[in-house]
Amino acid sequence: MIPRIYIPGDSGALALGAEKVAKAIAKELAERGVEAKIVRNGSRGAYFLEPMVEVATANGRVAYGPVKPADVKGLFDCGFLTGGHHKRWLGAPDKIPFLARQTRLTFARCGINDPLSLDAYKSLGGLKGLQNAVAMAPADIVRQVTESGLRGRGGAGFPTGIKWKTVLDTTADRKYIVCNADEGDSATFADRMIMEGDPFVLIEGMAIAGIATGATKGFVYIRSEYPHAVAVMKKAVEIARMSGVLGVNVLGSPNAFDMEIRVGAGAYVCGEETSLLNSLEGKRGVVRAKPPLPAIQGLFGKPTVINNVISLASVPIIMDRGAAFYRDFGMGRSRGTIPIQIAGNVKNAGLFEAGFGMTLGEIVDDIGGGTATGRPVKAVQVGGPLGAYFPRALFDTPFDYEAFAARDGLIGHAGITVFDDTADMLKQARFAMEFCAIESCGKCTPCRIGSTRGVETIDRIARGIEPEKNIALVTDLCQTMKFGSLCALGGFTPYPVMSALNHFREDFKPAPVAEAAE
Amino acid sequence: MPMQLASTEITSRTAAIVQEMKGLEGPLLPILHGIQEEFGHVPQDALPVIAEALNISRAEVHGVVTFYHDYRSHPAGRHVLKVCQAEACQSMGSDAVAAKLKQLLGIGFHETTRDGSVTLEPVYCLGLCACAPAAMLDGQVIGRLDDEKLDEIVAEVRS
Repeated sequence: MIPRIYIPGDSGALALGAEKVAKAIAKELAERGVEAKIVRNGSRGAYFLEPMVEVATANGRVAYGPVKPADVKGLFDCGFLTGGHHKRWLGAPDKIPFLARQTRLTFARCGINDPLSLDAYKSLGGLKGLQNAVAMAPADIVRQVTESGLRGRGGAGFPTGIKWKTVLDTTADRKYIVCNADEGDSATFADRMIMEGDPFVLIEGMAIAGIATGATKGFVYIRSEYPHAVAVMKKAVEIARMSGVLGVNVLGSPNAFDMEIRVGAGAYVCGEETSLLNSLEGKRGVVRAKPPLPAIQGLFGKPTVINNVISLASVPIIMDRGAAFYRDFGMGRSRGTIPIQIAGNVKNAGLFEAGFGMTLGEIVDDIGGGTATGRPVKAVQVGGPLGAYFPRALFDTPFDYEAFAARDGLIGHAGITVFDDTADMLKQARFAMEFCAIESCGKCTPCRIGSTRGVETIDRIARGIEPEKNIALVTDLCQTMKFGSLCALGGFTPYPVMSALNHFREDFKPAPVAEAAE
Repeated sequence: MPMQLASTEITSRTAAIVQEMKGLEGPLLPILHGIQEEFGHVPQDALPVIAEALNISRAEVHGVVTFYHDYRSHPAGRHVLKVCQAEACQSMGSDAVAAKLKQLLGIGFHETTRDGSVTLEPVYCLGLCACAPAAMLDGQVIGRLDDEKLDEIVAEVRS
């Protein structure tokens, strides 16, 4: 058997030099006259070990990482093609603690094989969910998704099955499935990883959604900052079409479903669902007032399911293993698993899929291993630029939609940014307002004007101008933005601002004169 | 690419792109992406052509072009360097990275070096948050930026 070497083509791995490693390995193979097949897989998500190279041996896969081009010669000398020992040796990838401790449902296949091999996808259980779905009545599919307890993974946490039911129950000549892949939140990369590492699971999830609701056309709206994901998804859709997964007879059934990949144009607000729909229609990405709900009048005025990548990619396993299987993971009203993205200043950065319920402290200290700089953790921002900053005192908060809401925070798309004790929380609060000002669509006043006034007011606090008065003003402004904005951009910007103010008040004290001048 | 294209040439090349994509549902963004790929920016002369073909007003096209950060009104430098300035990168010192790049290149954000070699832009998240601080040079991703990598980037765009 020709040895197989797996080198990730995931953009995170590429950013850490995977391409150079692949070239070095190919060169070494040629020079030594050794025959081997290089497979470009996705990433398993342990980015602190990327580029992680795996070799298929008689005793299963053996991983090495993080591999630098300079390590390659040594790897060959140590006989890595048969799993030989080397300082980068990690052993069986599924035994690496960071990966072994996870519950991989949505990401079960991500990073294992060539993402564009439909055969590899099927060999690991792919398409079973869709096969079950084509044999079911739409209402039964919707019921199964509802019973699984799956909630929107984009951030809002709305029950997916209920959204689908509204679309199913609305009569129209045309319905759409729209996948929100405008993953703009800092600290999040789960959508990118699944699109680059296991694109067929998303296609399968969208086809199931189509059959369940009577929609025949799907769009994936991917942000332009993800060129690699766009390329993989476009190829995967073509392959799915050629293989009869998409088309007029999905898997040979009478159900028709096809889809298109669309690319955004650099507007964060287009991650908001109604703004995304406007953008797909070719308009300015301005937020729409609700009602009407997109489920009733969505894309081009037609009933539309709009779901996040991870929500849709979680559907195949629910249709394969059943609602109860999925629902049995998690806690409270947060059922199933959540891909937590541990990012920023953290030692073990990467994607960690687990049932809901782990505490923030376990995630940051235990799994994440503390900061990359080795300094104490000062704050973690959960849920992207609209998420709250949590101090160590709140590290007992369990990862659960309601538990985070009870502490004036949100899970969002489950990204966690870790900051060490050098972070200046006034600066972070100011950035939240500044970002809102840059990205505001401009439709509603609290967001458009409030964010700019917020930056100015925080600047006055920084300069020591009437700090108490200006803190009261920011607090009042946050109330207005929270309750007066049309969408989550203006409505949630107060989370990072107020949490920084409430938990890190010492950073809002007037700075010494020398610093205030900068 | 010549610096100044005749407006008739812009019109005819735009018309070809519009013709190719007109049949899509919601064709305006794909058309604008196509035009930016063709010309390196969205020229003013392209707008009336699009407006007429899609039966919308020129003001509507203008409104869409100016709404999105990606569409350029002028061509960029030969290289485009996007440096992430979002929170995960901030936690790993993206401020210092940006400051150093500005100093090495002698330009600020949204500016192009005088020799036209590079345009520097901030970007808010590349999805490389587990490899922060990150940047993208002409679509090529680079993570865990340090002084050595910044020097390499600058040498590459200058060469």
